[in-house]
Amino acid sequence: MSADAGKHEFAVIGQPLPKIDAWAKVVGETKYADDLFLPRMAYGRLLRSPHGHARITRVDTARARALPGVYAVISGADLPRVRFGILPVSQDEEALCTEKVRMVGDAVAAVAAVDEETAEHACRLIDVDYEPLRALMSIEESLAHPEVRIHEYGDGPNVHKNVSLQFGDVEAAFARSDLVREDVFFFEGNTHLPMEQHAAVAAAGPDGKLTLWSSTQTPHYVHRLLAKILDMPAAHIRVVATPVGGGFGGKLDAFAHEIAACRLSQLTGRPVKIACSREEVFYIHRGRHPVLMWIKTGFTRSGEITGCHLRTWLDGGAYGSYGVASTFYTGVINPVTYRMPVYKFEGARVFTNKPPCGPKRGHGTPQPRFALECQIDKAAEQLGLDPAEMRKRILAEPFTKTANHLTVTTIGLGECIDRVVEASGWRTKWRGFFSEEATSRARPGGATAPSEKKRRGMGIACSAYLTGAGTAVYWNHMPHSGVILRADRSGSVAVLCGATDIGQGSDSILAYLPAEILGIDPKDVHVHPADTSLTPVDLGSYSSRVTLMCGMAAIQASQRLREVIAQAVARKLAVEPGALAFRDRKVGVAADWERAVDFPQAVELAEAMHGVLAFAGSYAPPRRAGKYKGGGVGPSPCYSYSACVVELTVDEETGEIELHDVWIGHDIGRALNPLLAEGQVEGSVYMGIGEALMEGQVFRKGVHKNPSLLEYKSPTTLETPEIHTFLVETNDPEGPFGAKEAGQGPLLPVIPAIANAVYHAVGVRCDEVPITPEMILKGLELRRRGKPARVGPERIPLFTFKAPVVVESAFGQPADAIAVRPFQ
Amino acid sequence: MKARLSLTVNGETHDVLVPVHKTLLEVLREDLGLTGTKHGCELGECGTCTVLVDEVPVLSCLALPADLADAAITTVEGMAEGGRLHPLQQAFAELGAAQCGYCTPGILLTAQALLADRPSPTRQEIKEALAGNLCRCTGYTKILDAVELAALRVGVPR
Repeated sequence: MSADAGKHEFAVIGQPLPKIDAWAKVVGETKYADDLFLPRMAYGRLLRSPHGHARITRVDTARARALPGVYAVISGADLPRVRFGILPVSQDEEALCTEKVRMVGDAVAAVAAVDEETAEHACRLIDVDYEPLRALMSIEESLAHPEVRIHEYGDGPNVHKNVSLQFGDVEAAFARSDLVREDVFFFEGNTHLPMEQHAAVAAAGPDGKLTLWSSTQTPHYVHRLLAKILDMPAAHIRVVATPVGGGFGGKLDAFAHEIAACRLSQLTGRPVKIACSREEVFYIHRGRHPVLMWIKTGFTRSGEITGCHLRTWLDGGAYGSYGVASTFYTGVINPVTYRMPVYKFEGARVFTNKPPCGPKRGHGTPQPRFALECQIDKAAEQLGLDPAEMRKRILAEPFTKTANHLTVTTIGLGECIDRVVEASGWRTKWRGFFSEEATSRARPGGATAPSEKKRRGMGIACSAYLTGAGTAVYWNHMPHSGVILRADRSGSVAVLCGATDIGQGSDSILAYLPAEILGIDPKDVHVHPADTSLTPVDLGSYSSRVTLMCGMAAIQASQRLREVIAQAVARKLAVEPGALAFRDRKVGVAADWERAVDFPQAVELAEAMHGVLAFAGSYAPPRRAGKYKGGGVGPSPCYSYSACVVELTVDEETGEIELHDVWIGHDIGRALNPLLAEGQVEGSVYMGIGEALMEGQVFRKGVHKNPSLLEYKSPTTLETPEIHTFLVETNDPEGPFGAKEAGQGPLLPVIPAIANAVYHAVGVRCDEVPITPEMILKGLELRRRGKPARVGPERIPLFTFKAPVVVESAFGQPADAIAVRPFQ
Repeated sequence: MKARLSLTVNGETHDVLVPVHKTLLEVLREDLGLTGTKHGCELGECGTCTVLVDEVPVLSCLALPADLADAAITTVEGMAEGGRLHPLQQAFAELGAAQCGYCTPGILLTAQALLADRPSPTRQEIKEALAGNLCRCTGYTKILDAVELAALRVGVPR
């Protein structure tokens, strides 16, 4: 279907249709988790640790239990003694801590009561004695104090993961380079900040079964984990993902509030709701890792990369979460963008006593992308090359393998660069600024702004991102996504799929694709998502996998349904099934459309012939994992590409940055709905701007410095510039109708493009984000004193990486001609 | 301490018996079943819980019903008239201005107050009016486009 999709005229695909849930959302009808009110429902609250690191010596719930209106109080002793974690290799969490707390905000007890106020009051009556331990609040501190152990497992004292991969001889490559750069960068951590705070409602029935409604991005993984955590059969648990009010990766683990709600419901025989406060959401976190990076890259005179060696240190926070994957992701995607013949990556994730980091939009890749793209900008300047032209010259080749054995299919990055260069007026503006400056001052940018103190600049950067992880978080050979399609005699079609709509529009995609294939209106399709009792598994809304994977499953199921309908209609019309067209809610032969059968009648004919019309579709990615330890992280059916140009003004007096315009070109393969695709791109750009200029999950004296929406700065309408989006279509053979992802990749280039534009404006290299006015002023002061105007980390930790897994580079090898996918 | 209050919401008058410190947000959601009004912080920082009180945007998480006995309160459920969507609702749906949809009710009502005051706002005026409403999904672009489209449609007599 996908390979020749471009030849067809589409009725639904490519149309800027409203999302199928748009109407409910604009009238306030959509029921998010906290909007559920069940009869006899109790309200829960969690008691969270005020200590960053402490031994729990006593938990006494007697006073809380005695409070009128309290139904139940639980501590860790009331749950099975199991540790869990989203990754099989990091089983290090407890819903309610029993021996130790590892961060401010760790849950230790929970209450269910007649209302939230009573529950909160009861929490204050729970007596917990702590024996404080030293809280380790940075990578350096954790490495410097091996005698203080946050966890007893890992790759060394307070080292969660230590990885090293080598693909070819980077030292030899550096030796034959014309230019070798070594740079150090730091990317501060930040958080997802979904507008909806996490909430869950659990209802344990008298039959011993349990239902959990939760604002989760991954009902399937929560389902599996609940069975383990509650020590009950998974067959007796139902998890329903309610419409999610923003996820961005922050709702991808099983959380204390979900587990406590389940246990409290079991104990009280009532439904129990726990809705987290905004402050709690900052502790739940699982957001962007703070990452310190050292990157060494060799270049030829013409800008070709000869080899690259990257080291990353991730501040993981208190728990494993997705951290092992995050660690790999800080290294493995870099070779996908440009020709990089040899590559070495060393990464380490270190535990600290802070909220655990995990997968935020771009999962582990925005940090090294910032490092690589800023370094390329510096190299371009040294080599006297236009940084846009240089990038275009060194693009990876389509349908080849990278040094680290990832298979790349289509690449639309060249066109993305062309589009943003053209639209932004890059050639005249960038060179214009440059040449005027060259004659006036010894720095490269900024001559066209009106005020003497305000300097205008432009920057460019590019990136690549995966369209779905090639492997599940637990090893298995089953589909990553499944769809059941049921045709009704009314002419409607029901779609059952485990996919979770977090606002990106997955429910709509599940309506559009069957509608296109069956020739009906998306309104005729009823989507029933994300219910583990009803829907085939979809692994979850993460890694930009949903449109591709549930889309391919939906296409397969739709084609199976279409086939049986075609057989039945063909018999009635006495034609060949292959001659039939499906469009405008009719099935017939194009040349004889008057005799076409109405779709509901076509369904009846098919049901009479075949019985109930229910068909399944399954999707699993091609098995392309590199055959080396660690090769499972990084493969994806296909990669999206983005190019970004930013124009901004820097005020030399105040250090303030004002963004004017962002031009973003994104290779989406095919835009199944350009309106939704643009929305994903715009949202990614916006989030990148926040990370580049203001957002920081930062700590002072052991506590979170800004756990509120007022103090944690994020861009409003006033800080968000005009965003100009250009969708580039490459019709990828791996995607549904050729589509790739749009929800994460476009965030990546924004951050380095801003840093590069700042340099272009005022000649200050900010090798750290967020870029603050203080950093700009510091850089300008350095320049005045005749020192290099660079602001960023000054040193890297003393740390020994593992001996590398040494594998031959696969760079430039042709991709397998035909990708073999399971379940085809 | 509980108080008996009479609240006029979306043109309907409700008698409620609620603790005096309960916020308008809580009374709307928990006592009147109007869950279209959302909460993002309950500290007056994000604009998510915005409703209209006598056509002026108010953060319902900071408002006390006891002060609002004679006021006309409008929530997102009251925007459509007789099953006909408000032009803002129509434009938000058509242009993809609601992604996760969680901030949408507050933004719609803030925009409704803006258009009542300035039927043809500039883009900058729309930005300023919505600067107190955080959205994490859209990058605001489609929201601004949708307010512009609604203003255009309202301004053009049909």
